[in-house]
Amino acid sequence: MGLLSRKATCNSHGQDSSYFLGWQEYEKNPYDEVLNPKGIIQMGLAENQLSFDLLESWLAKNPDVSAFKKDGNSIFRELALFQDYHGLPAFKKALVDFMAEIRGNKVTFDPNHIVLTAGSTSANETLMFCLADHGDAFLLPTPYYPGFDRDLKWRTGVEIVPIQCISSNNFQITESALQRAYQDAQTRNLTVKGVLLTNPSNPLGTTMTRNELNLLIDFISDKADMHLISDEIYSGTVFDSPAFVSVVEILKERNLLKDSDSDVWNRVHVVYSLSKDLGLPGFRVGAIYSQNDTVVSAATKMSSFGLVSSQTQYLLSAMLGDKNFAKNYISENKQRLKRRQKMLVSGLKKAGISCLKSNAGLFCWVDMRHLLQSNTFEAEMELWKKIVYDVRLNISPGSSCHCTEPGWFRLCFANMSEDTLDLAMKRLKAFVAESAGGNGRRKSIIGHSSGKKKSPTKWVFRLSSRDREQGDR
Amino acid sequence: MGLGNDQSRRLLSRMAVNDKHGENSPYFDGWKAYDRDPFHPTNNLHGVIQMGLAENQLCFDLIQEWMKNHPEASICTPEGLNQFRDVAIFQDYHGLPKFRKGVANFMSKVRGGRVKFDEDRVVMSGGATGANEVIMFCLANPGDAFLIPTPYYPAYARDLCWRTGVQIIPVHTDSSNNFQITREALETAYNKAQQDNINVKGLLITNPSNPLGTTLDRDTMKSLVSFINEKNIHLVCDEIYAATVFNKPSFVSVSEIMQEVDFCNKDLIHIVYSLSKDMGFPGFRVGIVYSYNDSVVSCARKMSSFGLVSSQTQHMLAFMLLDDDFVNKFLIESSRRLAKRHSLFTEGLEKMGVTCLPSNAGLFCWMNLRSLLEEQTVEGEMKLWRVIVNEVKLNISPGSSFSCSKAGWFRVCFANMDDETVKVALRRIKAFVGKEAEKAKNVIKRRQRSINGLRIISSSSSSKRFDESWAISPHSTHIMSPHSPIPHSPLVKVT
Repeated sequence: MGLLSRKATCNSHGQDSSYFLGWQEYEKNPYDEVLNPKGIIQMGLAENQLSFDLLESWLAKNPDVSAFKKDGNSIFRELALFQDYHGLPAFKKALVDFMAEIRGNKVTFDPNHIVLTAGSTSANETLMFCLADHGDAFLLPTPYYPGFDRDLKWRTGVEIVPIQCISSNNFQITESALQRAYQDAQTRNLTVKGVLLTNPSNPLGTTMTRNELNLLIDFISDKADMHLISDEIYSGTVFDSPAFVSVVEILKERNLLKDSDSDVWNRVHVVYSLSKDLGLPGFRVGAIYSQNDTVVSAATKMSSFGLVSSQTQYLLSAMLGDKNFAKNYISENKQRLKRRQKMLVSGLKKAGISCLKSNAGLFCWVDMRHLLQSNTFEAEMELWKKIVYDVRLNISPGSSCHCTEPGWFRLCFANMSEDTLDLAMKRLKAFVAESAGGNGRRKSIIGHSSGKKKSPTKWVFRLSSRDREQGDR
Repeated sequence: MGLGNDQSRRLLSRMAVNDKHGENSPYFDGWKAYDRDPFHPTNNLHGVIQMGLAENQLCFDLIQEWMKNHPEASICTPEGLNQFRDVAIFQDYHGLPKFRKGVANFMSKVRGGRVKFDEDRVVMSGGATGANEVIMFCLANPGDAFLIPTPYYPAYARDLCWRTGVQIIPVHTDSSNNFQITREALETAYNKAQQDNINVKGLLITNPSNPLGTTLDRDTMKSLVSFINEKNIHLVCDEIYAATVFNKPSFVSVSEIMQEVDFCNKDLIHIVYSLSKDMGFPGFRVGIVYSYNDSVVSCARKMSSFGLVSSQTQHMLAFMLLDDDFVNKFLIESSRRLAKRHSLFTEGLEKMGVTCLPSNAGLFCWMNLRSLLEEQTVEGEMKLWRVIVNEVKLNISPGSSFSCSKAGWFRVCFANMDDETVKVALRRIKAFVGKEAEKAKNVIKRRQRSINGLRIISSSSSSKRFDESWAISPHSTHIMSPHSPIPHSPLVKVT
């Protein structure tokens, strides 16, 4: 009999992946403009640091919120005691209105169908607990956010079966890929409980097309117990056309909402969070939106394990409840993201590197296949290590996102200053130039042998000796 | 809903449609009555008084005063705004270092400085609710069991079992020795589990106890530590009420025992903590897992991703808990107020001949109403309970909801109201007890006269389960969770 549980001793938390190794290196040698100009620049963190000043200036103008005052009276006591898992009504209302605003008010959300959770990390896990039994599976299009391996699988026992997407059609989901994934699951004797998509996509930075959304809705339509989860955590980061189309809009357009003949509305669920759009990952604000009453009821009870702090709900209810502010924030934030993305794209271009055309997200999906020694994942790892240790940029290798083709990397652009991004691009350009001219004679700054793949156990040892929250998406 | 249960069963997980969340317990009928007709000292003098909620509302003034004097602790004030972005971005599951230091510091002070806690072992969770679930995920596989002495907190059924698949094996205690945990009871429960082929992974105790309000003495603690050590099973100590100890004997934490004995395998010892009771902040969701086992710390920390404490809250509490002066004063004053409130209540009860288990901690009393039962059974207890809720208009918690093995005990909370309300409650209890005494006298008289005895008027069935309609009160369009307070707080209206 083991002393601890299987969950405690297995590896399903996924934190031994290369994705997190880059973090570790960054931690040891983080770039600082003044203190450590030769350090590693963090480009593996999908954070939105571009619009804090907007939030700060709102706070400066609204002192009552900070003093826990409502209509002149202190509500500190009520807040401190408020642990109702249904959430602060004012906050839920503000949140659904914000979600509607992001979707151009083409759809509205009912606050009674929102469940608040401790970040979308918790929202996604909770949905798994509600929709699937241990051993069931969900189909996910690749490439996908590495954290899903932990969030969806670890404590739930749910399996992920990938829907393999490829570069030749810009990684869009095709009918054949979907069917193949479904067959794959059948072969493995797994009961598929649904599909989970991230729209806009992480790591692609693209919004899902109407075609793809319709394809997925059709797919679950005729399979009685199948669900569609749409993680729309990046919905507020769509800075360019095509416009964001939420799965909820498609349901509305196709007349598949509640009271229609079909029961599809009962099996479509949206996940949201304020970590990316508002840049507040520390506040742990996630949400599940579902028209399925049983799901809302079960998920609400489960949210007991990770409620949103009442003082945070209160702060955000005031902030997002200020409709003018919310509207302006959304628009200004997008402008800044657009500008920053253009900077990254043109910087990459100067280095002879292209990326997937993107219109959303806090990152680009970058094509470095031409820099690989061979079309293999080993070569991708080699290239990645060079970029982390020699170029000193922490970027995320496609393999950590379960991409089927080697050579793609996710580079984040919204978590640093313009100058830092500029420097990162210069370093990359220099590296590419040297690689082309220097025949790979570049010496490593940190003496890691290239060409020899590290054994997993070594990685595990190094990682577990200095755990770090990877928290990022 | 539109779907029958059958369809839900295939469509959703088993977990989503079973009732292992425990919220269908008749225990929550009391909430229904309270929610429909909540007591208010001016607006609703005859409403139901909430005595089923273990909240500590006695010291808000101290905390509010501190917050007023420390605007830099908030990231929203002019003084604290410069910290806003760093805090808002901070999602490292190690937690803000100062926050962990503050928690370790506070936990130490709560134990009179007799123990030092390692801030690197402080792991966050979504309240103690989250902490208890996480510790189960770390220590036990589905089907494994934990021993828990009765009576115990009803929501353990949800927190420890619902999503983890772990089962609870009750260890029975009895009023004959004040519900103390005996070695015999532990061995009996453990051995029975072995016979039934159930894998016992550990023992979980709540110390100070909910619902008893008592603390375990040093000898008992040592005996428990020696028991688990012998069997090589874990000991999880939920010390959520640690700072609510208001009288001697003083609190002996398992952490103190760890310092005193050297025979115990430290890898088996874990503490669950929270600020919800000691500081009265359940809304801020500050739960802590503190383990002496490195692997558990590491695993729990990764799992804390599913229930981190809001960085805004961490930041504020870091300041508060590292203010030694404030913490020292707070702990002394909080104890003093709890002691006073406890006296007010228990002395009032004694005057009318109602006894409680002698207690030195907690936010409640364990009241003995066995003499008022028509039958010494769970049904008898539930019948009495319904009378108390619906007629005496006090929402108190029946012992059966805590899996108490003897009928007639009730948990009555006293720290979630003001002095005046306590007095109203006492008056009502006095009237009720007086009435019951009269009734009892008459019953005896009639029994003596009649051959066939009483016609027992049965109220609605004691096995009635509550239905969904309980939640919809005429006063609010808002459905409350079983742990929520104040239905008429300004927070539940959407402006």
